[in-house]
Amino acid sequence: MTDRLATTLDVNGRSYSVTVEPRKSLADALREDCGLTGTHLGCEHGVCGACTVIVDGKPVRSCLMFAVQAEGLAVRTVEGLAEGDELHPLQRHFWEQHGLQCGFCTPGFLMLVAGAFEADPTIDDAAMMEVLSSNLCRCTGYQNIAKAVSLALKDMRAGR
Amino acid sequence: MKPAAFDYHRPTDVAAALALLDLHGADGKVLAGGQSLVAAMNFRLARPGVLIDVNRLAELDYLRVEGGHLRIGALTRHAAFHRPVVEGPLGRLLSRVVDHVAHYPIRQRGTFAGSLAHADPASEWCLAATVLDAEIVVRNLRGERLIPAAAFFKGTFTTALEPDELIIEIRLPLLDAGWQGGFSEFSRRAGDFALAMALAALKVEGGIIRAAKLGIGGVADRAIRLSGIEAALVGREATESSFRAAGAEASHALEPGADIHASSGYRRDLIAAMVTRALAEAAA
Repeated sequence: MTDRLATTLDVNGRSYSVTVEPRKSLADALREDCGLTGTHLGCEHGVCGACTVIVDGKPVRSCLMFAVQAEGLAVRTVEGLAEGDELHPLQRHFWEQHGLQCGFCTPGFLMLVAGAFEADPTIDDAAMMEVLSSNLCRCTGYQNIAKAVSLALKDMRAGR
Repeated sequence: MKPAAFDYHRPTDVAAALALLDLHGADGKVLAGGQSLVAAMNFRLARPGVLIDVNRLAELDYLRVEGGHLRIGALTRHAAFHRPVVEGPLGRLLSRVVDHVAHYPIRQRGTFAGSLAHADPASEWCLAATVLDAEIVVRNLRGERLIPAAAFFKGTFTTALEPDELIIEIRLPLLDAGWQGGFSEFSRRAGDFALAMALAALKVEGGIIRAAKLGIGGVADRAIRLSGIEAALVGREATESSFRAAGAEASHALEPGADIHASSGYRRDLIAAMVTRALAEAAA
């Protein structure tokens, strides 16, 4: 029906020229057209949160946004979280606290917490637990995720 | 789960958006936050031929107080209400309610106006609009009209909006310092749709209720204003027993439906509890 549209996506500070159908989700474009397969797709209707990425500083579901809508906006994915070889505090604590088993939900959790913290660096642990309730993990039982997030928040507040 | 193909337009001013809506009529669908629409499209429950993306209509991204109203521009996201957007009871009540609107990441994209246009029977904003006497400003190429919330909601996913009309803003009358709001919602998991919820605002002087606004959501095809109970509350003492009586009355006034989530009787009990709690919070 509709022709494919040429769009430029700004992902992790790098520019990607892609040509996509308007119906292609941001998540699919990140994976298939940008080659950034760290963003995972679970439910594809906004419930599970595996596809959470940061768009213009806010954590959002990339399955509920079309790639063409992201033109001109700054997108960040899990690939942009570490600085070189140094893991982001969230990644480090998820690793140390065993905050993942299969790892499918992990990129979504990481971007969710990173985005919520950047949007409000004063956010306390209780409010962050409310934020966490938006994403699903079918392995860990959440306790280790909560522990990892709580420890990471301490580091992030201290600017480590 | 991929949506059917559509034509995509991204106007940058309201006039262009209205021209597109006029051109495409019933084939055209407004894309705001997309947190309900895109999910429905992914399921192919919705297959609009043309999407008119209003996310770049910067002129609709505002919140301001004017003429005794809070004016909510159509591009205002749910997350804008996390902190009170206006001093006084109204701002506090909206920030209390927003915590129940879906989940944090959904609130970053979804819009207040989009919730009203979608008209989900379990929408917190539709309940707030109904109880707080919202007026919805809608526009097409030929002009603008002001629709009171009572005439706006027609049923599940159905409103008075014509296919060529765009919501421009929502006006909520300010509540003076004498008012206090209360809200109560029950859902099985955080962020789920409400099985029942109630929103109330009371004006209490010397322990006596002088004015009341009350409504419930999630239990019928739209939010319901309980005008009869509002009238009955006026003049009563602001006590737990008054609130319980109002809750019992509300649960008898309605025939809530049964579904996989809750039986009719269970919903009836929830209505009584939610109304009682919302009123108690509005008098606390």
